[in-house]
Amino acid sequence: MREKKFSVIGKPLRKVDALAKSTGDTRYADDLELSRMLYGKLLRSPLPHARIRGIKTDRAAKLKGVYAVITGADLPERFGIMPSTQDEEALAGEKVRHVGDPVAAVAASSEAVAEESLKLIEVDYEPLKPILSIEEALACTEESERIHAWNRRANIQKAVSFEFGDVVQGFAQADQIFEDTFFFQGNAHLPMEQHCALAQYGPEDKLTIWSSTQTPHYLHRALSKVLKLPMSRIRVIAAPVGGGFGGKSDPFSHEMCASKLAMITGRPVKFTLTREETFYVHRGRHPVKMWIRTGVKNDGTLQAMHFRSFLDGGGYSSYGLATVYYTGALQTVSYKLPVYKFEGVRVFTNKPPCGPKRGHGTPQPRFALEVHLDKIADKLGIDPVELRLKQLVEPDSITVNGLRVSTTGLRECIEKAAARAEWKKKFHQLPYGRGIGFAASAYISGAGLPIYWNGMPHSGVQIRLDRGGGITVFCGSTDIGQGSDSILAYVVAEEFGVDPADIRVVTADTDLTPVDLGSYSSRVTVMTGNAAIQACRKLKEMLFQVAGEALEVPVDDLEMAEGKVRSQSYPKRAISFAECVEKAETKFGTLGATGSYSPPKYPANYKGSGVGLTPAYSYSASIVELSCDPETAEIKVEKVWIAHDCGRAFNPLLVEGQSEGSVYMALGEALMEEQVFRKNGLHKFPSILDYKSPTTLETPEIETILIETNDPEGPYGAKEAGQGFLLPVIPAVANALFDAIGVRIDELPITPDKVLRALEGRLKPVSVPSFDFPPPIKWRPGEGVEVPQKS
Amino acid sequence: MLRLPDFTYIRPKSLKEAGRLLAELGPEAMAVAGGTDLYPKMKRGQFTPRYLVSLRFLPELRGIRPGSKEGMWIGAGETLTVVAKNPAVNKRFPALAHAAGSVSTPALRNMGTIGGNVFVDTRCNYYDQTFFWRQAAGFCMKKDGDICLVAPKSKSCLAVFSSDTAPVLCSLGAVALLAGPDGLRKLPFEQIYRDDGMHFVTKRDDELLRAILIPRAAFGQRNVYLKLRRRGSFDFPVLGVAAAMALDREGICRSARVVLTAVASAPVVVEEASRLLEGKKVSREMIEAVAEAAAKVSHPVDNVDLDYWYRKRMTRVYVKRALAELTGLKLETEKVPQEPVKDEKGP
Ligand SMILES: Cc1cc2nc3c(=O)[nH]c(=O)nc-3n(C[C@H](O)[C@H](O)[C@H](O)COP(=O)(O)OP(=O)(O)OC[C@H]3O[C@@H](n4cnc5c(N)ncnc54)[C@H](O)[C@@H]3O)c2cc1C
Ligand code: SF4
Repeated sequence: MREKKFSVIGKPLRKVDALAKSTGDTRYADDLELSRMLYGKLLRSPLPHARIRGIKTDRAAKLKGVYAVITGADLPERFGIMPSTQDEEALAGEKVRHVGDPVAAVAASSEAVAEESLKLIEVDYEPLKPILSIEEALACTEESERIHAWNRRANIQKAVSFEFGDVVQGFAQADQIFEDTFFFQGNAHLPMEQHCALAQYGPEDKLTIWSSTQTPHYLHRALSKVLKLPMSRIRVIAAPVGGGFGGKSDPFSHEMCASKLAMITGRPVKFTLTREETFYVHRGRHPVKMWIRTGVKNDGTLQAMHFRSFLDGGGYSSYGLATVYYTGALQTVSYKLPVYKFEGVRVFTNKPPCGPKRGHGTPQPRFALEVHLDKIADKLGIDPVELRLKQLVEPDSITVNGLRVSTTGLRECIEKAAARAEWKKKFHQLPYGRGIGFAASAYISGAGLPIYWNGMPHSGVQIRLDRGGGITVFCGSTDIGQGSDSILAYVVAEEFGVDPADIRVVTADTDLTPVDLGSYSSRVTVMTGNAAIQACRKLKEMLFQVAGEALEVPVDDLEMAEGKVRSQSYPKRAISFAECVEKAETKFGTLGATGSYSPPKYPANYKGSGVGLTPAYSYSASIVELSCDPETAEIKVEKVWIAHDCGRAFNPLLVEGQSEGSVYMALGEALMEEQVFRKNGLHKFPSILDYKSPTTLETPEIETILIETNDPEGPYGAKEAGQGFLLPVIPAVANALFDAIGVRIDELPITPDKVLRALEGRLKPVSVPSFDFPPPIKWRPGEGVEVPQKS
Repeated sequence: MLRLPDFTYIRPKSLKEAGRLLAELGPEAMAVAGGTDLYPKMKRGQFTPRYLVSLRFLPELRGIRPGSKEGMWIGAGETLTVVAKNPAVNKRFPALAHAAGSVSTPALRNMGTIGGNVFVDTRCNYYDQTFFWRQAAGFCMKKDGDICLVAPKSKSCLAVFSSDTAPVLCSLGAVALLAGPDGLRKLPFEQIYRDDGMHFVTKRDDELLRAILIPRAAFGQRNVYLKLRRRGSFDFPVLGVAAAMALDREGICRSARVVLTAVASAPVVVEEASRLLEGKKVSREMIEAVAEAAAKVSHPVDNVDLDYWYRKRMTRVYVKRALAELTGLKLETEKVPQEPVKDEKGP
């Protein structure tokens, strides 16, 4: 990578959409209104598990103001985000699998009429026994107790098993073996904007849908499948998303129904979910039970680890196939682990489906791992920070499960966080009731593989230069608040030496923009950034050529800066960017270029090795200081330090924003949030008042420390900066609580009643079920294809 | 979004007219002040009035008169923001200012009134749900059904009395000035409530609260309100302790009242507090004894946030802390086991 002073990258610039958002100009999906528009509503199942004997819709259809009513028979094609687990229906056909599963949809002249008409739809249900826990799902193996029919073993969606290295020998070499169990409760994304979709059909038999989605491309594919329309007839526009966090990454029933109803009625149809419905649509954090066994040397060196996870998947697969792998994949990328065994299983239960939420499948095992290590350090009498520092994964190495680590700034993260938090002075030294805790983590910068198998790029960018110097960037990426539109503007501005405010960014419109796979797995900056650079450089070649001729300067002496194309040696020799564009268009014709990005090839080749791969890993370390009132067990987080290796901060302000948002979210998961259900399968409190999520008042001071490692695979060296921050904070809270009052809570969230029970010695340990995992896939480093490292 | 159902909104010009309208329209009508409790509940179908009689513009309900002959007079129509920020309220009754200021969020306090707050509907997380949810769960007796889902054997509803200001008013011996068809009457707050989640108010439906009177007798009393909730904003109390105490110059307790909220369907007066403390110099042991007595009469059920086991335990701690604050006595914090609890191991 060239050493160049950046003019845009690294500056705390305003987001390109900041003004529109703060002045209320941004039009979210629900702000859109079209003439003759109808309002849609879904009739949802009140039962967690039931067979549908029949549905009568005629009374509803006759209600004044109702334009159409549809049921499962109208949209029989199944879909789902993962190609191999297409088990969702827009409207349940034979069965409902959780409370809130949609069974019918109406389009009416107003929301009130639509709501009213739902009451006139009669569904004849045959109730079935609901399965509401991991244990019940594992116990219900009778064919008659199945939630789904397609999967091999009743109620097991996926069971996986891997062995990397010789586990027996690994444990035999250990001086001591430690074992722990943990439970991470499920929780919801809780974005401010509820899901919304508006669909319009015609007049040329073309469908347009505006949706608050993080993955317009995957929605495009799913709509085509379900509606049986060619993709060329469908246009998906991701409206500005008012928060996603993973919760808007699946194709959803309301999107299918809005489209179908628009096709039937010939009018635009809009669905906006209520807050309650978002808890039923869910796709949030999986509840996971975990068992971990680790063999260590007396000095704390890890010898072997065996990890088991049990995921409560809810009623459908969603991303679950990936999630189950993710609960095992990244244990190996922060600390050297010579031998590793992982077994995981995801079960179906009659609850809203779980899916990806910030950190997708990795916060749960990270919580278990980091608390487990804290316990080991405590028992061995080693400082937990030291325990980690002595065995960090090296840069340019391959882990025992075949993951390629390029750069790592974990050492710097840990050292800086420890120094800033005055760890040495505080650990074990604070008065009773106050404590400090540490944890570290790693995360991916974009999934290494796409969700459906294909050899095409993961991200595409197209740039058009206009006479007059206007620059428009087209990309399928979706800004969900994280700032991906701004990232595109920064890259292009950096490359062309212009002001980011002068760049027009057009994103997330399948008619206009090249495919980007979506805003998930922290992939956008790395992938769209690289694609954008490639497109820019193609154009720059042309621009430099004409500028070189005009200025009589060799091309390799040219640079673009301050709105000019100029000689580096004689900066006065310059033409304006606009003039250069005119000259180039005169010479080459209309100016445009595309760029694309696909992640590199990876070293491992075993079945299942696709999850956990990434162009680069981000690293984080966190220290949490908290106080706990020993009488009330109420916890107050006093301060959070978080150091994060983001490769390169495109915009430190945005990175800090992501950091603070992640810490806030982590504290919610650690201390209060839980998606829990009653015995009848009903969510206990599907409301934003009673589902407890922290407010600004519970959010402590957060100190973000950015570490830049300049990764060779990232654009300008950048890695992920959207999810990784969340991971270490949760275990650091649990570890800090132990330092404060000497009790361990291995079950999230850490609520005051649990702490009080623990103080009184009444908290039951987490139990994990027994399960026959399949025989492991065995693999050792070196068995895969050799891939040269970039450096 | 959940939509408000259709209803007719009537805006009377005087208290008298409001009372007349309510009497005429009968059970199909409800009074609405700030609407912060009522409107969300109408969206969820918990209340289904056809008529709403607005109290927002009634001049009779406005004003705070800090030094009226009988005591402090607070108009029922004053918002919680106004009450929480009023200098006289803050000076004499910091407990009330704190209670009013701890209700929900700033936006809601700007709309919500103190009159509405003392009549805020009792809460239960089987009841504070949408129509869809309640239908799916099977309706309970508080609305549309006939059993209690929390305690199926219970003959009455156990929904939780959740007002923040009411326990403070009870502890100060405040009196409600009720305007009914037959004129004005006074009723001590303590007598307005009844421990029945469905019929928790004893006043007649056509009686409106005009004002709250805190008697002069309460002027010299120290007072405090402690609220247990998960978060520093939004949340209703899941336990509240209001305490008021008069100490004479010798430090002898002349009167003491401790009132709990959110542990029953009405405010709970801890009778033992007066019995144990009045006429005595308050000691740590006495505080412990009152706290113990309070925990005995605190009967939370598992129908709001935080489990009943925890809330019952906290009754003791919160009462102790409230009384410590009033008396200035320093209490030792609970002894905690010295040995850390054994690490929990799986199979
Ligand atoms: C998210 C949220 C959080 C909340 N948190 C809290 C909390 O922490 N603590 C708390 O105490 N409350 C809380 N509330 C409830 C409510 O906001 C307050 O109690 C508020 O003070 C109610 O006042 P209001 O004027 O809006 O009442 P309204 O909604 O207008 O009325 C409430 C009831 O009182 C009756 N009423 C009102 N005025 C009179 C009168 N003068 N005479 C006779 N009857 C009258 C109405 O008929 C109705 O039955 C919360 C509400 C929400 C939505
Ligand atoms: S306590 Fe029982 S009757 Fe009362 S609201 Fe709750 S469930 Fe209904």
